[in-house]
Amino acid sequence: MIGLGFLYLVAGATFGAFAILSLITRPRRPGNALFYALIAVSFLLGDRLGNFGNGLLVLAIVAAATLGRMRSDNGDAEAVEQRGSLLFVPALVIPMTALIGTLAFSRLPGIVDPKQVTLVSLALGVILALVICYAWLKPAPAEPFRQGARLMDHIGWAAILPQMLASLGAVFALAGMGDAVGGLIGHLIPSGSVFGAVAVYCLGMALFTIIMGNAFAAFPVMLTAIGLPLLIHGYHGEPARVAAIGMLAGFCGTLLTPMAANFNLVPAALLDLKDRYGVIRAQVPTAIPLLIFNILLLYLVMP
Amino acid sequence: MLVLAGIVVIAAGFMLRFNPLLVVVASALVTGLAAGLDPVTIVSAFGKAFNDNRYITIVYIVLPVIGILERHGLQTRARDLIGRIRGATMGRLLLVYLLFRQITAALGLTSIAGPAQTVRPLIAPMAEAAAETQGNSDPDKARALAAATDNVGVFFGEDIFIAIGSILLMKGVLQSYGIDLPPLHLSVWAIPTAVAASVIHGTRLLLADRRLARRRAA
Repeated sequence: MIGLGFLYLVAGATFGAFAILSLITRPRRPGNALFYALIAVSFLLGDRLGNFGNGLLVLAIVAAATLGRMRSDNGDAEAVEQRGSLLFVPALVIPMTALIGTLAFSRLPGIVDPKQVTLVSLALGVILALVICYAWLKPAPAEPFRQGARLMDHIGWAAILPQMLASLGAVFALAGMGDAVGGLIGHLIPSGSVFGAVAVYCLGMALFTIIMGNAFAAFPVMLTAIGLPLLIHGYHGEPARVAAIGMLAGFCGTLLTPMAANFNLVPAALLDLKDRYGVIRAQVPTAIPLLIFNILLLYLVMP
Repeated sequence: MLVLAGIVVIAAGFMLRFNPLLVVVASALVTGLAAGLDPVTIVSAFGKAFNDNRYITIVYIVLPVIGILERHGLQTRARDLIGRIRGATMGRLLLVYLLFRQITAALGLTSIAGPAQTVRPLIAPMAEAAAETQGNSDPDKARALAAATDNVGVFFGEDIFIAIGSILLMKGVLQSYGIDLPPLHLSVWAIPTAVAASVIHGTRLLLADRRLARRRAA
């Protein structure tokens, strides 16, 4: 059965290619290459390293990202033949394959691990799009991966921040953070009030996102503190609705915080705004009504 | 209650502008120690979770395809698509960009546009120019609104795509509590808020047009 093993092989090979090409392009600045190589190790060998070994690997990745002077180049050296609107086709093959594959493999059990149909379909879409690109654009064999590494350089250490925050969530869970937060804000909720629980859950998502700069970090805490014990188990809310709408309430918080530097401070710098909080100020009148909408929506779809 | 120190570390670390990866590691250590765990247990727990959550980072396998398409002019084509609606007002221009950004993000194409790719070279100057002909003298306002529109569009479009990081994170966290959900169920529930975002932000953009017109008449 095709499952996570296949996906991690594809991802490991991709990051391995990024590492080798970074080393060839910039042998004197091996920071990026080391970072990508360690991620490739995680994908390819993670299951053989043991928990403590993986913990040390994470520390090495963080060290490579922070000490290794990661950087990106903007220079696109020589021009290549520009193509027309057909360029959208391979780009759209990826989401279309992901969607069609998800629907098709769910009806044909036995081929793909049913828990991973979406990701496997996404990977198949990427491979299909890559084949189309090679056949149509005829690049040098390494060229797509060199371009991929260029984009990866722009993203830099931020690439693994979501995975790091998810792992922090696991440590939070082990340490009982959700219960501590639940104990702290639980008494704010009038007992028996579905609306009160929904409001505190959504406002908590937004507030934690403002503090932590990222809804990814807030989600596991608020789900453990209120979402799971009260909304899902207590009031029998459907998990997909509680999770999805809660996350979007968190996104409203992302619009309001300078901690989300990449979305709010970087553009202000890019656009030479006199006020470095100018982008946040322009977002407040959208974020607040949208947060209220999310609270009302979740309340209305609770049983 | 001591474990709440982990949140203080995060807030302080970001405020003092340490690298966020370092802040995350520091917060994990502080939280674990506050809960009475020994360092080896903390590192092991973090390592296990990192290994279990590898699928969150899988999405970057799309970069070689996007990279080679950009090399052949994907961004230029995307710009042309928007450029054809020149002559519009600032509000209408940004409204079309908002919908473009939401729809493409919903298809998983979050990186074909962005502050560096489209806002700075194209959308901000176009919005600024339109606002100027409408009688606005403060260019910063139009530029900030252009960047804000980009964020609103991508945030409230991307969760409709089934293989984006936040959907996979939700799936992973729910799974750790024994709730198994197909990503499609989560992404369907991103649609109502996406529509609300179009309506709320879109209304603001059109009201901004009306304000410019009124100021000019006055």
